[in-house]
Amino acid sequence: MDQALQDLRILDLTHYVAGPVCTKALADFGADIIKVERPGIGDPARHLPPFPNDSPHPEKSGLFLYLNNNKRGVTLNLKTGAGVCIFKELVGWADVVVENFRPSVLPGLGLGYETLSAINPGLVMTSISNFGQTGPYRDFEATEAVYYALSGLMFSTGRADREPIKMGASVIQYQAGIQGALHTMIALRGRETRGSGQHVDISIHQVQTGSIDRGTAMLLAYQYTGDVVHRGFQLDRGGASVHLCQDGYLNMYPEDAILHKCLDMIGRSDLKSHPLFSSPEARSTPESSLAFDDLLAPWLLEHTVIEAWASAQEARIMSGPVYTSAQLVTDPNFSARGFWSRVERPYTGRSTIPGRPFNLYSSPWSLRRPAPTLGEHNREVYSGLLGYSRGDLVKLKELAVI
Amino acid sequence: MTGNKLPLDGIRVIDITVVWAGPYATQLLADWGAEVVRVEPIDAFQPLSRGHRARPPKKEVMARKTWGVAFPDWDPGARPWNRSPSFNVHARNKKSMTLNISRPEGAAIFHRLVGVSDVLIENNVPTTGEKLGLSYEILRKVNPALIMIRMPGFGLEGPYRRFRCLGSHIDGISGHTQIRGYPDLGLEFQEDVFFSDAAGGVNGALAIMMALRYRRRTGQGQLIELAQVENYASYVGDVTMDYLLNSRVQTTLGNRHRSMAPHGCYPCKGDDQWAVMGIATEEQWAGLCRAMGDPPWTRDSRFADTLRRFDNQDELDQLISRWTETLDKRVVMETLQKEGVPAAAVLDQAEVYRDPHLRERRFFQAVSHSETGTYEFPSIIAKFSRTPNAIRTPPPLLGEHNEYVYKEVLGVSDAEYRKLEDSGHIGMDYHPSIP
Repeated sequence: MDQALQDLRILDLTHYVAGPVCTKALADFGADIIKVERPGIGDPARHLPPFPNDSPHPEKSGLFLYLNNNKRGVTLNLKTGAGVCIFKELVGWADVVVENFRPSVLPGLGLGYETLSAINPGLVMTSISNFGQTGPYRDFEATEAVYYALSGLMFSTGRADREPIKMGASVIQYQAGIQGALHTMIALRGRETRGSGQHVDISIHQVQTGSIDRGTAMLLAYQYTGDVVHRGFQLDRGGASVHLCQDGYLNMYPEDAILHKCLDMIGRSDLKSHPLFSSPEARSTPESSLAFDDLLAPWLLEHTVIEAWASAQEARIMSGPVYTSAQLVTDPNFSARGFWSRVERPYTGRSTIPGRPFNLYSSPWSLRRPAPTLGEHNREVYSGLLGYSRGDLVKLKELAVI
Repeated sequence: MTGNKLPLDGIRVIDITVVWAGPYATQLLADWGAEVVRVEPIDAFQPLSRGHRARPPKKEVMARKTWGVAFPDWDPGARPWNRSPSFNVHARNKKSMTLNISRPEGAAIFHRLVGVSDVLIENNVPTTGEKLGLSYEILRKVNPALIMIRMPGFGLEGPYRRFRCLGSHIDGISGHTQIRGYPDLGLEFQEDVFFSDAAGGVNGALAIMMALRYRRRTGQGQLIELAQVENYASYVGDVTMDYLLNSRVQTTLGNRHRSMAPHGCYPCKGDDQWAVMGIATEEQWAGLCRAMGDPPWTRDSRFADTLRRFDNQDELDQLISRWTETLDKRVVMETLQKEGVPAAAVLDQAEVYRDPHLRERRFFQAVSHSETGTYEFPSIIAKFSRTPNAIRTPPPLLGEHNEYVYKEVLGVSDAEYRKLEDSGHIGMDYHPSIP
């Protein structure tokens, strides 16, 4: 079947997480990606966990395996003159270059946007960086916590009597990668009407500061009221939403507006007319909340998470279980819908990986090839695409260019 | 605004989204020039979309006084639905028409709008979609080139298709709730995070852009399905991979990191002032030591390499705190960054607005709105070298663009327009019976 982006060619200079997430999103819907890695070491993500049995091996990183499917991989040393020449030939082939070096790196190699767009005026170049291509923090180092802290949201997250608390994993870098993919597609659409490409500047810090997870609403709320949002606005006001059940946790927020549904859920619909629960005014009192908690807590402890969740949904209460990875992987909805994908690859054999984020029914997500081994497609790209002879390749290898 | 054409000029998007995930997708498209038309009923209130309820009394707002009800000066005003920060922050550059598409004459108007639009987006539970008549099979007959995206929590099919959820629940199911929060407190002390709304929004917009490219090549529209739990599960993929490869269930490390040490949030001078930092390499550790003035304890054998620093983090964090406590959080950030160490001040909202980096990148923009006034909004996410961009129009009042959409876009006659006003479709206020 056709894929939406099968006519799109991308030269991929990305490494670690945010950049590879960007090109993965496009690769999975058909874009032809050539990923350029440093000879010898490759993408540093090859050296990051998880590894099978925790044994590090550059061809076994679960992170690299997950983020680099559907890409072709070549090695190229951009610190050599020959490497730069070959790279420029590939720029002529590409519609898009995606990179996530520090802002000074590519211009320093003579491969800045101005140079590349002179070679290929239609080129869309997407640069994903910690803080963007301009501004006083341009060359600053970052972590997930750094983005969260500077976005204003970390200050407001956690308990009032404790330190601010960050989120888990690398979700901000994933979000920046997808913003990179989206804005690449938007710039490509612009190219169709205006004829020329352009340079897209994605700052991971700005992506987080502009994300709708409470953060932007809190920023505008500050403008509207002059009040900043202090930690504890949820938990310290008795608004806990994660509840202990017999065998795990259920997330639901039994606020006064849905208290009648909650009474349905625990089989106490008879209490709707009780003075503590009958009117909106009564339901918004602390006494009412406490009385309801006394009914809810024992009921939840008599039910498994899945039973409690089913009852909550039956009562039309928005809710969900708090899963571990193990529970996620065995959940029937994910399995029945075919979310999990399987990939077979040298070194790692058959692996299960998380699959499509969404599906386009006429031009679907697909897993066409596993993540490349280091330099796997050197011959295919340098000889097949650019016309270098076998002798040239031997020489380039001797000169440590590829 | 510049005379420059924006990349999505000429794309019309019908927006029947609720809460945040769908609206964030249309924010991103509207920001780059798409004409996004929100279609909203005035005889029914969509909770959590234009506020948590239509007419919250001022007393209730003052009793709650949280960001969710942070109307200008904590005053809900005559039309609170036009003053909600949770709505206004995403609605800039969009238009609003009022119409109840679940009523027969509403459906007829809706089909006319579908006929002249490129994209239809919704993020309701599939059963609500069915009640609203949102069937791709029917709508494709109205407009064969239509791109329709549906973004339910759990998918259009599957055992949980009828289940309702918010971003906080998606956070739990994907496994993210389990790996954030304080490690010394139980999960019942976890608060709600809605990052999956941002994730669903950006991927929804990306899916639409992909379908537009496919349509340009083939002439075909299509149906897109984005199950938000699946979308967000892809964001914690590396954590899930650890389980798939090693059967390891990761749990929260709080502000610590699986491979970096030290890595945390440290108290600074002043009340409730904090800075974060993280050390990944020997060079960064040397940079931290220099920044602290190379105190003797840094040469202690307990901190000689990453592994030992990892094993002795409690002591290490205490010693680092003794240094940070004496300094302004911004000094900690600047001093460490000068030494090549990732570090940041933990900023509150007021400080974010004053941040010199965001200021220089012109991330904030003053927007005037007729029922709230002039305030600075977080603006466009990305910068394009040849397409300068800014917020063009303020968040729309409920029904602000009725005249434009009904008369100019759909060619509805004055008589028909009046009839739709009389039958409760067209207006700028929710029906008085709605609390």
